[in-house]
Amino acid sequence: MNAPSSGLQKFLADQEKKSLLRFLTCGSVDDGKSTLIGRLLYDSKLLFEDTLSALEKDSRKFGTAGEDIDFALLVDGLEAEREQGITIDVAYRFFATDKRKFIVADTPGHEQYTRNMATGASNSDLAVILIDARKGVLIQTRRHAYIASLLGIRHIVLAVNKIDLVEYSQKIFDDIVADFALFARDLSFASQMAIPLSARHGDNVISKSSSTPWYSGPALLDHLETVDVDSALANGPFRLPVQWVNRPDLDFRGFAGTVASGRVKPGDAIAVAKSGRISRVTRIVTMDGDLPEAMAGDAVTLTLADEVDVSRGDVLCDVHKRPEVSDQFAAHLLWMAEEELLPARQYLLKLATTTVPVTVSALKHKVDVNTLGHLAGKTLALNEVGYCNFSLSQPLAFDPYRDNRDMGGFILIDRFTNSTVGAGMIDFGLRRATNVHWQALDVNKTMRGTMKGQKPAILWFTGLSGSGKSTIANLVEKALAAEGRHTYLLDGDNVRHGLNRDLGFTDADRVENIRRVGETAKLFLDAGLIVLVSFISPFRSERRMARELVGADEFVEIFVDTPLEVCMQRDPKGLYEKALSGGIKNFTGIDSPYEPPELAELTIRTVEAPAEIQAEAILRHLRDKDYI
Amino acid sequence: MREVAAEFVNPVMLYSIGKDSSVMLHLAMKAFFPAKPPFPLMHVDTAWKFREMIAFRDQTAKRLGLELIVHVNEDGVKRGINPFDSGSSLHTQVMKTESLKQALDRHGFDAAFGGARRDEEKSRAKERIFSFRNRHHGWDPKNQRPELWRVYNTRINKGESIRVFPLSNWTELDIWQYILAENIPIVPLYFAAKRPVVERGGTLIMRDDDRMALLPGEQVQERLVRFRTLGCYPLTGAIESDADTLEAIVTEMFTARTSERQGRLIDGDEKASMEKKKNEGYF
Repeated sequence: MNAPSSGLQKFLADQEKKSLLRFLTCGSVDDGKSTLIGRLLYDSKLLFEDTLSALEKDSRKFGTAGEDIDFALLVDGLEAEREQGITIDVAYRFFATDKRKFIVADTPGHEQYTRNMATGASNSDLAVILIDARKGVLIQTRRHAYIASLLGIRHIVLAVNKIDLVEYSQKIFDDIVADFALFARDLSFASQMAIPLSARHGDNVISKSSSTPWYSGPALLDHLETVDVDSALANGPFRLPVQWVNRPDLDFRGFAGTVASGRVKPGDAIAVAKSGRISRVTRIVTMDGDLPEAMAGDAVTLTLADEVDVSRGDVLCDVHKRPEVSDQFAAHLLWMAEEELLPARQYLLKLATTTVPVTVSALKHKVDVNTLGHLAGKTLALNEVGYCNFSLSQPLAFDPYRDNRDMGGFILIDRFTNSTVGAGMIDFGLRRATNVHWQALDVNKTMRGTMKGQKPAILWFTGLSGSGKSTIANLVEKALAAEGRHTYLLDGDNVRHGLNRDLGFTDADRVENIRRVGETAKLFLDAGLIVLVSFISPFRSERRMARELVGADEFVEIFVDTPLEVCMQRDPKGLYEKALSGGIKNFTGIDSPYEPPELAELTIRTVEAPAEIQAEAILRHLRDKDYI
Repeated sequence: MREVAAEFVNPVMLYSIGKDSSVMLHLAMKAFFPAKPPFPLMHVDTAWKFREMIAFRDQTAKRLGLELIVHVNEDGVKRGINPFDSGSSLHTQVMKTESLKQALDRHGFDAAFGGARRDEEKSRAKERIFSFRNRHHGWDPKNQRPELWRVYNTRINKGESIRVFPLSNWTELDIWQYILAENIPIVPLYFAAKRPVVERGGTLIMRDDDRMALLPGEQVQERLVRFRTLGCYPLTGAIESDADTLEAIVTEMFTARTSERQGRLIDGDEKASMEKKKNEGYF
C-alpha cells in the first residue's frame, strides 16, 4: 500500500463533497480563450508529464508564443483548426481544485459559429466572456452576452485579457467595464464580476497579480471556486418527464426518467400533466434498493398505485402546481441552420422526451443582438434570434424556460435532413389553444361522402409550370362530373387571385401558399367532395404537410412529370420567356428549385401519351382504390 | 441510455472489457432495473486481447444473463494481420476499425454505445454525446449536430447510425472512484501482480502467449506490474506498480503524473492520429 488508508478515506470524502461548476468561455478570435483554459489546467497542476512534454514539442512547431509554452495548443484539438489557429467547435475540459470540480465548455468566437456557443451555454451555470483589453467591447462581445442571457446563464465573468499589453492601465479597464455594464443592464444577470488578467503571463488567473495593485477583487480561479450558482430547481414543483416505461413482466410497471425539478416521496399524489389523471407514488425503485425520496437531477423509476395510462412523453407532476398544457406558445428561437427558417413549414419539436410536429405560426420580431432592438422580418437566417408563436399538432406539457431549462428548452429538427436547425426557449403558453375547443359535429365526413356516393379524396397534382397539371386536372374533373360525382378544383393561378393575393413567390410565401391551400382542400374534403388541387407545390415538406392534414387513404399525390425543356418549349403563358429574360424572379425550374416527389401514388409522363389517356389512367386508379 | 432504448430500433452496447466499459455496463444495469438492458453487448475481438480479458468477458455476460456478440474480422485473420509484422497502425485499421464497421453492418445496429470519455484525448473532447455517423460510419467534426441541454436529436435515415457516449463527462478519476464506491468487478489485469514482461522501445509489454517472438537481446522478466488501460496485449504498456487493491489504485491515481493513454502505442503513430481514425469510423 502506498498511502495510509485513512488518507484515502479523507481524499474520497473530500471528493464527494466537492460541488461541480459548469462554465463556458467565449470571446472573439484571438482574445486568448484557449490560452486561458490551458493556463488554468497548467497552473492547477492537472497536466500529466507526457501531455506536458508533447505540449513543449508542439509549442516549438506550431506555437505563437516564441520560446514559451503556448497553452492554446493544449486545448485546440482538431487538426485543421490547429493549423488555422482558431477553435471551431465546442470542446469540453475537466479540472478540479481542492474546492470544486469544473467542466469547461470552450466555445468559439467566430461569428458564424454562434450556434456552438449556444450549445455550450445550454448546460452551463456561468460564462466567462473574454475581452481583449486593446480592443474593448466588440459586436461579438455583445452577442455573446446576449446569448448567454437568452440561454438562462445568470452569472457572468468579464475577463479583460491582455491587460499586460495596455501597461496594466486601470483607466482602460474601467472604461471597458462601464461600456459593458451599459449594454448588460437589460440582460438580468444575477452576478457580474470583472477581472483584469493576462492569460499568457498568469496575472490574476490563479492568484492576485502585483501588476494590478488598483484591482481589489479576487483572482479568476478564486471567484470560480466560490461563486454561488445554486439554482432553486430542487425547491420547484415536481416534474418527471417519462423517458421509458419499464415492464419486465406483467406484475411490474415502472416509469423511468430524470426528475426535472422538485422532489418526490412514496405516498405523494401526482398528476399526469396532459390527461389530468391522478395517482399516488408507491415506490422509488433503484438497483440498490428503494429510495425514501428523489429530487431534481436524480434518474429514477417510479411505480404508481393505479393503472393510469402513462407512456413516454408524458410528464408526471405536482397535483397542485401543474405545468402548462397547450398546443400554442410563444418562445425565443435561435436559428442554427444554413437553410433559413420558413414559417408555416412543419418541423419536429423535441422537448424533454416528447417529439411533435410544429410550425411557426407568427414571427413576431427578430432581435438585433447588438442593440437588443426589435426588427421586423419574415424568416430567420443562421445565427439570428427571433421571437415567435408556435403551433403544435397536439398539446404539449411545458414550463417557461426561465423556470426550468429541461421543461422549457426545445430543439427543432428538419424533417428531411434530420439536422438540428433551431433551439427554442419557451416564454409562455398562448391561452387561445385552451379556449378554442373542437366542435364535435353530428353530420360527419363519411356521412356526407356516402350521401354523394363517393369516398372523399384530395387529388394533388404537382409539377412544373406548363407541365400539363391544369389541363389533366380539368379533364379528370369533367369526367367525374359526367358520372355524377361531386368535385371541386383548386387551381394555383385562380387561388392566387383571391385567397392568396397577398402572397408573393419567395420560399416563405410559397410555403404559406401551400399551407392555406392544404387547409382549404381539407375543408372541402370534409364536405364530402373529391378535391382536385393543381399547384406547382415545389417543396416536398409542404406536400407532406398537406398529406398529413388528412387521412392516409384520402390523399392521392399525382406527379405530372414533364421535362423542363418541354415545359419551356410549350410555355403556354409565356412565363418562361419572361423568367429567362429576368422579368420574373423566383420562377420554379429557373431560379427556384423543384423537388420531385419520391412516393407519389401516380406519376404521369405527358411526353409519352396525350392528356386524355393520362386522365383515363387517373380515373382507373380511383376506381381500383374504390374512391368511385 | 433509456433515451436510446426508447428511440432506436436496434441498439447495441460496444463492450471493450476495460474499466470504462465495466462502468457503462453497470450504469445500464441500473438504468433498466428491474428489467435487463434491452440490447445485446458486442465485443470486437482483434484476436490479440489478453487472455484474462476474454475470460472476464465471457464470465461477465454469463453472470448478468446478457446476450454477447463476439465479432472477429475473419478476413483480417486470413490475411495474417497482426500487430508485430503489420505494424500497430494497419492492425488497428483492419482488426478494430474495419471489423467494427463489419459488425455494425452485419447486425444492422442503428445506435451503438461506447465508453469513450472527453478527457481522454484532444479530439474526443469535441465529440457529441449523441454522435451522428453517415452510411459509411464516418464522422464529420465540422458538421456535428448542435447538442443543447439534455435534448438529443436521435433522428436518422436508413443506413445511418448514432454513436452514443454516456461517459463523455467522466474523468479517469471519476471512473475509479465509482468502481470503488459501487464495487464494480473489473479485469484482474488492472491490479498489480508478477507478470512476464519484455521491455521494448521503453515500454513494458506483457508476453501473454508465445505468438510474441523475442527480438535479439530481449528477455522475459517477472515484474510487479499492472495496467491502467487495456487493449491488444502487444500494444498495451504496463506500469510498474504494487497497487493490488482498488483503494491502492485510487491512491496511486491521485498522485499520478502520466496520462493513461501513454500506455497506448497506437496514439503516437502520427500527429492527430485519433482524429484520423475517427473520421474513418474508429470509436
